[in-house]
Amino acid sequence: MNATWSRFNVTSIVLGFAFLYLPIVLLIVFSFNESKLVTVWGGFSTRWYVSLFHNQGLMDATWVTARVGVISATVATVLGTLAALTLTRYTRFRGRVLFSGMVFAPLVMPEVITGLSLLLLFVAVGLDRGFFTVTLAHITLTMCFVAVVVQSRLVSFDRSLEEAAMDLGATPAKTFFQITLPVILPAIVSGWMLAFTLSLDDLVIASFTSGPGATTLPMKIYSQVRLGVTPEINAACTILIAVVAVGVIIASIANKRREVQRQLDEQAAQRG
Amino acid sequence: MKSLGSIRRDFAPWNDPNAKPYIQFDNVTKKFGDFTAVNNLSLTIFEREFFALLGASGCGKSTLLRMLAGFEEPTSGRILLDGQDLRGIPPYRRPVNMMFQSYALFPHMTVENNIAFGLKQEGMPKPDIEKRVAEMLKLVKLEQFAKRKPHQLSGGQRQRVALARSVAKRPKVLLLDEPLGALDKKLREETQFELMDLQQELGLTFVVVTHDQEEAMTMADRIAIMDKGEVMQVATPAEVYEAPASRFVAHFVGNVNMFEGKVAERSANTTRITGASGAQIVVENGGAAAAPNADIVFAIRPEKIKVSSKKPADAVNALEGEVYDVAYLGDMTVYHIRLDDGQIVRASALNAARVTEDPLTWNDRAWVSFRPDAGVVLAR
Repeated sequence: MNATWSRFNVTSIVLGFAFLYLPIVLLIVFSFNESKLVTVWGGFSTRWYVSLFHNQGLMDATWVTARVGVISATVATVLGTLAALTLTRYTRFRGRVLFSGMVFAPLVMPEVITGLSLLLLFVAVGLDRGFFTVTLAHITLTMCFVAVVVQSRLVSFDRSLEEAAMDLGATPAKTFFQITLPVILPAIVSGWMLAFTLSLDDLVIASFTSGPGATTLPMKIYSQVRLGVTPEINAACTILIAVVAVGVIIASIANKRREVQRQLDEQAAQRG
Repeated sequence: MKSLGSIRRDFAPWNDPNAKPYIQFDNVTKKFGDFTAVNNLSLTIFEREFFALLGASGCGKSTLLRMLAGFEEPTSGRILLDGQDLRGIPPYRRPVNMMFQSYALFPHMTVENNIAFGLKQEGMPKPDIEKRVAEMLKLVKLEQFAKRKPHQLSGGQRQRVALARSVAKRPKVLLLDEPLGALDKKLREETQFELMDLQQELGLTFVVVTHDQEEAMTMADRIAIMDKGEVMQVATPAEVYEAPASRFVAHFVGNVNMFEGKVAERSANTTRITGASGAQIVVENGGAAAAPNADIVFAIRPEKIKVSSKKPADAVNALEGEVYDVAYLGDMTVYHIRLDDGQIVRASALNAARVTEDPLTWNDRAWVSFRPDAGVVLAR
């Protein structure tokens, strides 16, 4: 391919990236601001990062978010994987179309509605709102995303692998744990990571379903911002961005390396 | 001694009325919804036999194999293996193993773990597993690839791993689903002979599904030709080719010329046929189809027809025509002769000599001739 750096191309790229990343860059830059005023540059400093770690409220919220994320992502991964297995394997049961539609509807359901209906449910059954209800709500939210990711892997899964395992004497349960699960594991892991990220940055549903003592980080940030943006919040967000970015970069590098290694192996095998 | 084909067979339990069948399909029917994949089929396979199920895709041959492996249950009828009814026995408890068309190698396991998988399920002691795996790797000549993963192997190597894995448990029967389908032509031919040697060496019963008639002819002791869920003929490769039971079989295996006609005269040893346009054909031993006055077809293979520029003096059957097409293939030459009644006859001649005297070419007048025992009479 012959790429030419015409003026038009350069302009498009600069504008596009500016549109995407200028706000984030601003946020990161001002998180290193010495001044207490968010929009006035007063020199470079890391003082907000230090004070961030002494802010008990923010640290508590981070801890809650991490726990909610890990628990809800794990449960959602189990449920979503089971749903995906059912949807790809048992293609002839009654009401399959309805069921698959219902699994995927939350993907496009406005979060406000999901949050409100969950709130109504929790009130109706008399569940005290708190850590448990946020976790439950996040399971509901993220399960369908896991189901989509795992299902797309299962569609290309070669069923004869399972048949071969059973043919060689493995019971259905052993076949699942020794063959199916290891082969689709990468999809399950990315499903988990997706669920964790979704839980991490959810504000709407958490606001509806959380109660005293279970404030998540996005809720905390949002409530503090209403009292005025502090550079501390900028620092907290920068750390969040860094965590997510590092995760994404590691995942894509690992992926790329595996892919390259695989191609090399296959070429070597073809040569004999 | 006269025999069909050019090979004498010493292994022929199917001709022995006292031989005990090893695999038995008894009136087996398999339906998927409204579609009948296998229709009231009965079949017997003997121990140590190399048996081929041959047919076009959708003829039910794979379903038959999958019922034997236990992935499908017959809708009705029963399948016996060594006297035991297989109904209700799940695949993981059947003493048969299958080699899959896609090979179905476990991508996350090394070659040796793939081969050891079935042995581990059996609960075989570890030292025995190691010994057996080494043995299998040696058998398929993959010793130096033991630690590789399947994607690090070539197509032919993967095929051999799949084979080693499926025979590692020493099954009573090995099922092979299009075992050579994914290999290129040259490798396929080599592997055909390897498979035959392996079957001899291990003394196993092989049931192979294939759509490739050459593959079936090369490897199998007997071939079952299948169409629409039914068996059309079960016979040795030579019988299938030289004495097809029906028009379908004659057409399905190899090339064939068909002459439609009527039985004009039948004597003890010979049958005289009058072709649609009046041509006379004399056939030795017409068989059951050749009842007097019956409408029949006379089927003859191209290589049994001789093409010459003059009428051979001693020929019993000779028909005149014109060379319509010639194809030189190196080892042989294929002629298409348009007879004077319009029918086109395909004849092939082995190029035994490098230099041909008086070669035929397009539009030459030509004679086709054949011996009275060169073809078969089939019901219309």
